Amino acid sequence: MVKKSLPEMGGSKSTSATSAEAEVFSLSASVAEMEAMAKKLRRHIITMIGKAGSGHPGGSLSAVEILTALYFKLMRHKPQDPHWEDRDRFILSKGHAAPLLYAVLAECGYFPVEELLTLRQLDSRLQGHTDRTITPGVEMSAGSLGQGLSFALGVALAGRLDGQDYRVYVLLGDGECNEGQVWEAAMAASHYSVDNLTAIVDNNGQQIDGWNCDVMSLDPFAAKWQAFGWRVIEVDGHSIPRLIAAFKEAQKVKGQPVVIIAHTVKGKGVSFMENNPDFHGTAPNTMEVEFALKELA
Amino acid sequence: MAEEVSVREAYGKALLELGMENHDVVVLDADLSRSTMTAFFAREFPERFFECGIAEQNMIGIAAGMAASGKIPFASTFAVFVPGRCFDQVRMSIAQPGLNVKLVTTHGGLSVGEDGTSHQSIEDLSLICSLPGFTVIVPADAIETTEAVKAAAAHLGPFYIRLCRPKLPLVYGDDYRFKLGKAVVMRQGGDATIIAIGLMVQSALDAARNLEREGIYCRVLNMSTLKPIDEAAIVQAAAETRAIVTAEEHLEHGGLGSLVAQVVVRHQPVPMEFVAIKDTYAKSGKPSELLERYGLTEKDIERAVKLALAKKR
Repeated sequence: MVKKSLPEMGGSKSTSATSAEAEVFSLSASVAEMEAMAKKLRRHIITMIGKAGSGHPGGSLSAVEILTALYFKLMRHKPQDPHWEDRDRFILSKGHAAPLLYAVLAECGYFPVEELLTLRQLDSRLQGHTDRTITPGVEMSAGSLGQGLSFALGVALAGRLDGQDYRVYVLLGDGECNEGQVWEAAMAASHYSVDNLTAIVDNNGQQIDGWNCDVMSLDPFAAKWQAFGWRVIEVDGHSIPRLIAAFKEAQKVKGQPVVIIAHTVKGKGVSFMENNPDFHGTAPNTMEVEFALKELA
Repeated sequence: MAEEVSVREAYGKALLELGMENHDVVVLDADLSRSTMTAFFAREFPERFFECGIAEQNMIGIAAGMAASGKIPFASTFAVFVPGRCFDQVRMSIAQPGLNVKLVTTHGGLSVGEDGTSHQSIEDLSLICSLPGFTVIVPADAIETTEAVKAAAAHLGPFYIRLCRPKLPLVYGDDYRFKLGKAVVMRQGGDATIIAIGLMVQSALDAARNLEREGIYCRVLNMSTLKPIDEAAIVQAAAETRAIVTAEEHLEHGGLGSLVAQVVVRHQPVPMEFVAIKDTYAKSGKPSELLERYGLTEKDIERAVKLALAKKR
């Protein structure tokens, strides 16, 4: 069944990193095209994790529209030249959503789509959690939660110091915001008045042990960010047009960092995974992969 | 007695000079800039100095992000906080990706003195040496500190320099040129070798001088590059002197002694003794009192040499 899905995962372009001729990725996709892409990315996620036999489907599926809007509509980037100096940076702080990032990078052309099926295998470039040293387009080695906002702040401050106009986007999980380092970084970003940094929280409401409110309450979540000096934009994290509008609004904010709290559903798009913490870090079995792909057809 | 000079001040001045030469050098501190002496740099280059407040984990992450963007960040605080307080941040944000971050910590070891256990960094070398890809330096005086800072800036990759709080007697002249990864023979001798780091280098020299009066001739090596360690110098010392004593302001486990022993056991087994803190935490006290109480004086080195010699015969 995994093999049968291979042709539909095709459409890759081969990559060769020659920076001079590398083209800026076209951001001309329509909302309908992006919605179709979101569905395709979900199929990749299910197929990859199913084949790997382990991984984190829930938090990958919840952030699909967020990354689709960024990579296909908003971010200036060159898939053939991942280290292009002027690129906008996307930093995945919730490193367990690596399958989603890999699927997006492959669809953009950073590496062949076929490579997605090597997820978590020995010698694969697609490690269980992101590794910036081996995967084209991956900015940060993540997986230990709470470190991405600090890293992104460093990238944003360096860009400002050099007078570069790139923007830095960083995706956090809501559960990840249990980590104290997130709030150290939140305090510092506001202290340094960085306005080239946008954080997005994939607010799917759940973490490994269950609902956020039962594990460790984050409420009042938006007020916390506001109190730390951030502009807060709340948005339906599965509506591509609303996400795009939110990102554009964030770009206009001067003198302070912006957090987009994206309200999402864990496991979005697969009925039996939605709001089901059992699929935070468990791979679907063969039959579940089949059901899921039918729903995502 | 040689002139005593502050290693921290040497660091602060070296950083200032580096800042003038290289505009990619940025400096971060966690509310201790007047103690770590990064304040010199901060005054001269405020736009390239980033005060992170009392938040070391975040400082490590910011430094990593800056290094990933082509900067050469020097991040400083007390050795007890980096790597100890933010070990996972140093591991995942710096060591694993091999990012070009320079961690320069001060107040290492027992010689921080009266502040007591919470401020006495006696595990940092073990922690930092456990991380693949890190280069680790413990300078023996102010002149070597200046040289080590230059070496850190010239080297591409994660770097740790550990300094202590007190002023140290100069063991080098102005003409000294530090070579990364090379131990320095401070004194020749054929009966035993004392391998030391940091403030223990002067104690090792004093011990060797005292032992010479008793007819025991010790070689003294300054192993200022702890990682990658100079295996050739250790093997040669073991082969030629047949007894080795290590001396460090650190716990016995995981620091200089362990690293040297591993080389000796693998390539040239000879009797060894270890002058270091024995599996315990220390107390408040004057630096000299603490060094005496916890067995880190020239007398302790002399005793250790004699023990090693006894095993040799």
